[in-house]
Amino acid sequence: MSRSRVTIVDLGLGNLHSVAKAFERAGAVAEISADPEVLRRADRLVMPGQGAFKECAHALAGAIGEAVRAWIDEGRPYLGICLGMQALFDSSEEAPGEEGLGIFGGTVRRFAPGLVDAEGRPLKVPHIGWNQIRSRHPVFEDGEWYYFVHSYYCVPNDESLVAATTDYGGPFCSAIARDNVLACQFHPEKSQHAGARVISHFLGDVAWS
Amino acid sequence: MLAKRIIPCLDVKEGRVVKGINFVGLRDAGDPVESAQRYSDGGADEITFLDITASHENRRTLFDLVDRTASTIAVPLTVGGGVRERRDVSELLHAGADKVSINSAAAANPTFVSDMAEAYGSQAIVVAIDAKRVPGKTARWTVYTHGGRRDTGLDAIAWAKEMADRGAGEILLTSMDRDGTRDGYDLVLTRTVVDAIPIPVVASGGVGTLDHVYEGLTSGGADAALAASIFHDGHYTVAEVKKYLLERGVCVRPPEQC
Repeated sequence: MSRSRVTIVDLGLGNLHSVAKAFERAGAVAEISADPEVLRRADRLVMPGQGAFKECAHALAGAIGEAVRAWIDEGRPYLGICLGMQALFDSSEEAPGEEGLGIFGGTVRRFAPGLVDAEGRPLKVPHIGWNQIRSRHPVFEDGEWYYFVHSYYCVPNDESLVAATTDYGGPFCSAIARDNVLACQFHPEKSQHAGARVISHFLGDVAWS
Repeated sequence: MLAKRIIPCLDVKEGRVVKGINFVGLRDAGDPVESAQRYSDGGADEITFLDITASHENRRTLFDLVDRTASTIAVPLTVGGGVRERRDVSELLHAGADKVSINSAAAANPTFVSDMAEAYGSQAIVVAIDAKRVPGKTARWTVYTHGGRRDTGLDAIAWAKEMADRGAGEILLTSMDRDGTRDGYDLVLTRTVVDAIPIPVVASGGVGTLDHVYEGLTSGGADAALAASIFHDGHYTVAEVKKYLLERGVCVRPPEQC
């Protein structure tokens, strides 16, 4: 059996090492690239992202963004992680005026001040740590725990995009799935066995909606 | 609901674990990568390395260790010890650390923390505070640096607030009075800091029993419990700690069956 190949989009926003290693542990061959030509020749595309929406939007404003948009439009398999999920939407409160890829209608919002936890204490932002998801989607396991690091979350216009929600001062969208596109706010590469199972699903032959 | 975290801490020196770890069947008790993997497989939510290598010349060994560990484990990795300048932070993050812990360099130059948070994001910057109680009737603690050898005279609570204001993403709070005693965390210190700042607090120093972990996360109010010897000496596994906490209603990520 030939090994799955994944190409990881390098937006120059941080270390992609652990993402690549997570795919290698799952048996795939992983390459990291910022070259649109290489991205076009990929089998599966993964776009991780850490840092700020503004830098991400700038990095996607040119040829890399075109390649990613064309990829998704052609119905080829895409996994977005964290900012790689947020970038699929129109815009973000983090950087007003900056444009995302606009693959899906919707925006990215910050956890509102004044949210409180179960004990009535103010919620800490960023939301960092292990949290649970609620999901009926086959790729994600209802009640499973994943590792999150973020201050902003996606708000899709089309609610049927939502594949999982997580509670942090109220439910927010923690994963989406549609056709060839899978994206999660949490980090599968940091989420131990539960994360590895998401990666295996992405490497398998599944349609995600 | 966000889970409370259990974090085993490994002291490393020149790329080796300083105190041997009593895992059954461990091939090399001195190999931090193998130990970190055991802990993450056993349900640790995060791993912390504290580098106590005296000389700064051997940093390459640490970067290599961080690189190999980050390639192996699939939980977040925090690295501290000897972080003095921007290059230390960038090289550790580049090697694969998720968070870098700053201690003495923060006290020497608080702006360093603001600069690092600005450059790499608050989520990547932990400030380690070693606090020691000041003798007297009122509860007061001052901040120690240089591995607990130097009293800065800074008030620990005010210092924690300043660090949070400057963009630290988390405080790793160690009670110097309790560290190594196995008498439990300093709960008053922990609760005072937790109530004073809007960022997560990791309790450290003094864990000897399962109940100490429970107390640190409940009475102490810490977001995470860091411990070293109870895990290394083989007294308890991370799974046992979590089982104990779950039975008492503390929200933790259950250890996976695998």
